[in-house]
Amino acid sequence: MSDVPSTTGHQHLTPVWQGIQTPKFAVWLFLASEIMFFTGLIVAYLNLRTNSHDWPVAAELLSVPLVATNTFILIGSSVTMVLAFDAADRGKHRRAAYLLLATAILGTLFVSIQAYEWSELMREGIRVSTNLFGSTFYTLTGFHGSHVAIGVIWILAVALKAFRGGYNRNPLGIELVGLYWHFVDVVWIFLFTIIYLI
Amino acid sequence: MAQTQEIEHQEQAHTEDLSFIRRYIFSTDHKVIGRQFLFSSLFFFSFGGLIAMLIRTQLAWPWKEIPVIGRTLYSSTGNILSPEGYPALVTMHGTIMIFFFVIPILSGAFGNFLIPLMIGAQDMAFPRLNMLSYWFMVPAFFIMLAGFFVEGGTAAAGWTSYAPLSALPTMIPGSGIGQTLWIVSLVFVGAASIMGAINYITTIVMLRAKGMTLFRMPMTIWALFITAILVLLATPVLTSVLLLLFFDRTIGTTFFLASAGGNPLIWQHLFWFYSHPAVYIMILPAMGMASDIISCFARKPLFGYRPMVYSIIAIAVLGFIVWGHHMFQSGMNPILGISFMTSTMMVALPSAIKTFNWLATLWRGQIHLTAPMLNALAFVSTFVIGGLSGIFAAATPVDTYIHDTFWIVGHIHYVLFGGSLFGIFAGIQFWYPKMFGRMMSDFWGKVHFSLTFITFNLVFFPMFLLGMYGMPRRIADPSNYNFLAPVQGINQFMTICAYILGLVQLILIANFFVSLVRGKRAVDNPWQANTLEWTTSSPPPKENFHTAPVVYRGPYDYSSPEAKEDWLSQTREPAAAPGD
Repeated sequence: MSDVPSTTGHQHLTPVWQGIQTPKFAVWLFLASEIMFFTGLIVAYLNLRTNSHDWPVAAELLSVPLVATNTFILIGSSVTMVLAFDAADRGKHRRAAYLLLATAILGTLFVSIQAYEWSELMREGIRVSTNLFGSTFYTLTGFHGSHVAIGVIWILAVALKAFRGGYNRNPLGIELVGLYWHFVDVVWIFLFTIIYLI
Repeated sequence: MAQTQEIEHQEQAHTEDLSFIRRYIFSTDHKVIGRQFLFSSLFFFSFGGLIAMLIRTQLAWPWKEIPVIGRTLYSSTGNILSPEGYPALVTMHGTIMIFFFVIPILSGAFGNFLIPLMIGAQDMAFPRLNMLSYWFMVPAFFIMLAGFFVEGGTAAAGWTSYAPLSALPTMIPGSGIGQTLWIVSLVFVGAASIMGAINYITTIVMLRAKGMTLFRMPMTIWALFITAILVLLATPVLTSVLLLLFFDRTIGTTFFLASAGGNPLIWQHLFWFYSHPAVYIMILPAMGMASDIISCFARKPLFGYRPMVYSIIAIAVLGFIVWGHHMFQSGMNPILGISFMTSTMMVALPSAIKTFNWLATLWRGQIHLTAPMLNALAFVSTFVIGGLSGIFAAATPVDTYIHDTFWIVGHIHYVLFGGSLFGIFAGIQFWYPKMFGRMMSDFWGKVHFSLTFITFNLVFFPMFLLGMYGMPRRIADPSNYNFLAPVQGINQFMTICAYILGLVQLILIANFFVSLVRGKRAVDNPWQANTLEWTTSSPPPKENFHTAPVVYRGPYDYSSPEAKEDWLSQTREPAAAPGD
């Protein structure tokens, strides 16, 4: 009986495979499915755009400097997220909680600027049903924006728990929301490139 | 009074004070959730089957009064099916059988019930996510059924719902609110599938019992594992394109409307990018179960275990690059058509490896022709017909002729009814003792099998003939076409056989429910099989295993010289170990 199986009585609370804990593994799988979701949208967008003869020049309709600033805000929020996890990992829990809060604020700022951009565009008469440009623009940025909004809510929940010392023993929860947040960030870099730059 | 209270008290203590609702309705136990999936998908199987009966009635005797059911369904049109009602029936038959029966019973019912038991885990990695996955299916059920009661009726653009028929709300009666409900329902199904897939993959990777290496997993688990990966990566693409279609219908976008610059082909591409892998989502688990059942009842190790695993993986990988073969007639560049033809034909290689390995497993085995074994053998033989007919359809020149004919209908039914459904029949009867603690009647199982097998072939084989004769699919009235008059007799013959096939399923249902109360009590391992689920009691306790299993060998050590019996449980220590 020297090799008592790990499943005796109760299994590990968080079993580990190749150094990856179960919840983290599941979040990676979830993100893989999210990648496929956005791939479907992006493929549809690129197909419609390349088949169109009168696709508007994005820079003429959209404010690239404004959205470039917004992009930097989102990238900045990824930085604060990394710092938050790093702080939690080193045991600086108070600092981690404030950094999470900062990330949530930056995320909210991103969504707010996007909302402003939408309202400006609508005032110029480009709505979701105006043309294919409007259809694809609002759909793609809208799905991304809702991902950011959900991320902000998740981060706020994590930050609240962090202020109460909920991650003092195990910062895994911060790492999980961080994975999601970086994913949302990377998706935006793709969307920014294909919608605004090329 | 005091006595009953005491008994109640003991029972409550035994089940950890869970109320009825927590135990049977909002349960986090994978065995209960598996049974929930089983019962709801069997309900939809009956429902989809009844719709098939209406379809066959119409094809054999167009626009005749439908007895009994017609009075309730078609009272406004004089108990006769309406012209716009026929495509609605075809749409609902396909949608329900695929999204509410085959996929949920294989991944939802068998996946849930078998994965933790066969890998030696106590439950899924995320029991609450598992429960949520089922409860995302429930609104999908009701939303889809609600389509029958709204103005214009259910969706009628086919289970493929090609745009623009599905994108413009005013096209046909069924493209009204019924189509919108169809979309919303499938988004729920997709979410449930993805949650399930994340759970299954994580559970198989993380929670295997000690000694259960990847290459000691039974084929059923391998198949469910690969299937879950397909679900994880393919379903979100369907979700994305469903949402785009939803926007086209509701907020005025024009993704699929060529009149406004949109491209209806995007729907086809992205739909089939999901739905071709979905074909493998619907067949791979049945392949896995058939492998285990055939090896068990041939009392021989599965021939070529590793090639069987690799060929499942190969089928899954190829499944992602063959979707275009559904679209040969949609104006595709012929060069692209050839590449899709080639990749499709390559699927035949791993499929043939599997078929030959099943045959080699049977070769010189001590074959026990039990009801599950007969169904598993039927799976192999009809899958061969379905698979070979797939190679015909994959050839672009042949497809030009048979596209959208009954030939294709015959092909899909040989793969999904002949393949998946016989696999499901085999699986139900094989694992029934473990699920419910009682045996199903083998005699009635054989009666059900023989009649099903005969009538199945009589219903679906003539479809190949009709297709070669040129009969298009999805037409409500063959008598509109003069050239089809000579084959109308075949249509009527098929319909009569379909009625018998439908009635025969009552034997299975009766056998299933009567055995729940009157069946012989099942012992722990009634089939003398090797895999882990048979080492625990029937049905298993809440925590699955009384002591955690340790695995020492692969799942197919049948008729090994190591043991007196002709089976060796995966938990049996090697002979050299002390104490054996």
